[in-house]
Amino acid sequence: SRPRSSLRVLSDAQHSGLTLPTVSHYRLFPKALGRLVAALGVRELHLALTQGFWRTRYWGQPPLQAPAGAELWVWFQPTVTDVDKAWKELSNILSGIFCASLNFIDSTNTVIPTASFKPLGLANGTDHHLLRYAVLPREVVCTENLTPWKKLLPCGSKAGLAVLLKAERLFHSSYHSQAVHIRPICRDASCLAVSWELRQTLTVVFDFFSSGQGKKDWSLFKMFSRTLTDTCPLASQSKVYVDISPKNKEKELLEVSPAPTSVHEAIVQGDKKTYAVYDLLSPSLFNTSRSLNVQLKWKRPQDTEMPIPTLHAQRYVGGYGLQTGEICTLIYNTHPYRAFPVILLETVPWYLRLYVHTLTIITKGKENKPSYIHYQPAQDRRRPHLLEMLIQLPANSVTKITIQFERALLKWTEYPPDPNHGFYVGSSVLSALVPSVTAMKDMDVEQSPLFASLFPSSDGSSYFVRLYTEPLLVNLPTPDFSMPYNVICLTCTVVAVCYGSFYNLLTRTFHVEEPSRGGLAKRLANVIRKLRGVPPL
Amino acid sequence: MITDVLTAVALYLAIQDFNKVVFKKQKLLIELDKYAPDVAELIQTPMEMHYIPLKVALFYLLNPYTVMSCVAKSTCTINNSVIAFFILATIKGSAFLSAVFLALATYQSLYPLTLFAPALLYLLQRQFIPIKLKSKSFWLYTMQYASLYLCSLVVIICLSFFLLNSWDFIPSVYGFILSVPDLTPNIGLFWYFFAEMFEHFSLFFVCVFQINVFFYTIPLAIKLKEHPVFFMFVQLAIISIFKSYPTVGDVALYMAFLPVWSHLYRFLRNIFILSCVLIFCSFLFPVLWHLWIYAGSANSNFYYAITLTFNIGQILLISDYFYAFLRREYYLTHGLHLTRQDGTEAMLVLK
Repeated sequence: SRPRSSLRVLSDAQHSGLTLPTVSHYRLFPKALGRLVAALGVRELHLALTQGFWRTRYWGQPPLQAPAGAELWVWFQPTVTDVDKAWKELSNILSGIFCASLNFIDSTNTVIPTASFKPLGLANGTDHHLLRYAVLPREVVCTENLTPWKKLLPCGSKAGLAVLLKAERLFHSSYHSQAVHIRPICRDASCLAVSWELRQTLTVVFDFFSSGQGKKDWSLFKMFSRTLTDTCPLASQSKVYVDISPKNKEKELLEVSPAPTSVHEAIVQGDKKTYAVYDLLSPSLFNTSRSLNVQLKWKRPQDTEMPIPTLHAQRYVGGYGLQTGEICTLIYNTHPYRAFPVILLETVPWYLRLYVHTLTIITKGKENKPSYIHYQPAQDRRRPHLLEMLIQLPANSVTKITIQFERALLKWTEYPPDPNHGFYVGSSVLSALVPSVTAMKDMDVEQSPLFASLFPSSDGSSYFVRLYTEPLLVNLPTPDFSMPYNVICLTCTVVAVCYGSFYNLLTRTFHVEEPSRGGLAKRLANVIRKLRGVPPL
Repeated sequence: MITDVLTAVALYLAIQDFNKVVFKKQKLLIELDKYAPDVAELIQTPMEMHYIPLKVALFYLLNPYTVMSCVAKSTCTINNSVIAFFILATIKGSAFLSAVFLALATYQSLYPLTLFAPALLYLLQRQFIPIKLKSKSFWLYTMQYASLYLCSLVVIICLSFFLLNSWDFIPSVYGFILSVPDLTPNIGLFWYFFAEMFEHFSLFFVCVFQINVFFYTIPLAIKLKEHPVFFMFVQLAIISIFKSYPTVGDVALYMAFLPVWSHLYRFLRNIFILSCVLIFCSFLFPVLWHLWIYAGSANSNFYYAITLTFNIGQILLISDYFYAFLRREYYLTHGLHLTRQDGTEAMLVLK
């Protein structure tokens, strides 16, 4: 298996009724979210809080990636009249529920994508004015965010798989991402009834090499310092999947213990994978000992080569100085013979003024013209830049997208308390249908494990993937923060110099000077002059 | 670049005409015995005034500031060109063209509105209408000129509306000029002031700074009603110093007029220091900008200090020329060699 683990905890709420029913049975579905969805007319909600960045080159294709910080995107129902007001209320309420600073989401970091974030649940008609997307790259994720997330689970963290989720081990990781997805889904294949689905995902990467443990063997106890003891009584399914896919058709490379209840083969992310499945509800699992500690040992030393994913990207800031800069995005298509298009969504804050006429897309040395561009320029202090492009990536190529920008000087109150740290630019989003290595047939769709079914697949020959690039850290020129009073005084002095000179010239007239008797100072000076022998004043 | 050449040509023709007007007026005043007997050396002769239009055109074209604006492809050159044509039309005496060009200049940036007063005074002078508040012909002409100006302005704005089909351009253009939301560093005083302003007082100081540009017009009009072209020069200078986003192109425009008043040279008090200040600041601007933005070894205060010094230099230059002008006028009417009652040489003071 790969030296990482991802836990998917799913809880579905079932309620019979017509299309998009109101949630009123809170046996499994948390009441806080149910009331929220009903009151604000939400059709789909996706919230992700992430610490760290997924290293696609080392860890492979991510199962479900989220950008660093907080990401929230919501589809509202067509009955909502004032979407912006509902969005503001929603972000404030979610900020309270998850103890995250989502209340900083306002019009300066919210965009309305036109092509990137299509609904993942049932949808009839997609007017993109009902969609809102915001990302807060500076948001930090910690224990206070994990606790309310755990509270949404039907059994909390007291029973079932969630007993493993203790904060001190989870945050000792290279990547930590927790997400909440709410969407309407069909209850069964015939789609006669619709219900709300709440999907909570937690993706954690334990990097044992960096923590100095050397070998790549792992166990549940080693990762979480806990073992599984029982299942949640409310769960209809409780399974642990361990990826034991053989690489290069070599068998007997690794060994899992205890023996799994079954071995399941599925096509996940376009590739055939073998899973050792531990069904926690089966009585045979817990009869010897009351605890289950899944362990994996490598039989032979394994090379550290990970298969390079078909689509990956990186982004960086170029240029020097505090005046201008350049955002460069590199997108790699490593498929040997298939080309496919990718939608790139960039949200740049208003204080980095993009020059769209400098946008260049170069593939294999030649210019690559996107087939769809949607650009919404920023308005100062009101909304950010939005750039969406559909770019065709030829097979086995690197595409370089560059755009130049200029940095603005902000008012001194608009800088954060550590202004020289820099300003974050949120990750850009790449959405693509990547060609699969192994085509997926219809029956495979029904048998696919729950963790692979978030993204709908229209046909089996490609799978949907959403990637995020690195967030950027950009320095802006800063004024001197210790100087407000001095600046006001000096500038007003200059204005007063002008006023004074002009006042003198406008209100006074020239006169011949009349000889005056001289004041005290002059007489004293004359006395001293007489003593010196110099003519008097 | 073409607009630069047009501006220079317009200024050349304008100053040529102005010289003729000045000469005529001088002759009239000499014949009317308005001048004191010993001011012969102060009278401007056609000989020394012959090359002034050429000097003005060259001052504008060869000014490094103009060259820099041209290289930067700034729209300031278009603004300067429209104002130059306005000055030409005013001096030639055509009220209609003058109103049209002034409306164009106001449409582009709001501040040439203050040039309405000097243009009006010049045209009244040219029509030999005395400037008395009770005079009917004064008000008639003023109303005519004002209505020409306002009508052309309304026509241009309505044309913009029809091009755009909405009134959004008014807050975007004029609201932007008046409320100064963008704080990109420039050679003016506003940017750092509003970058460091407490939020509570922001609106108050925006209003104060904008009023500061406009409120010199009436006092200057009262003082300089006999000399509207000098009034126009001072007004242009005040606009370029105190406008919300000044550029070096604006500075180049009023500096082009300095040869017209080269006869004031003997009365200027601080010209050497001021020209040194202006030249030094012009050289230090890019240096300190580089140190702040690229080298990172200076901070914004360095650049701000140069901004302050440059603007003080400009303000003192204008007030020096104003002082010299007023002093020359005093000498013309009261004589060059002033004596006190006891026969000794007198000093002249402003009281």
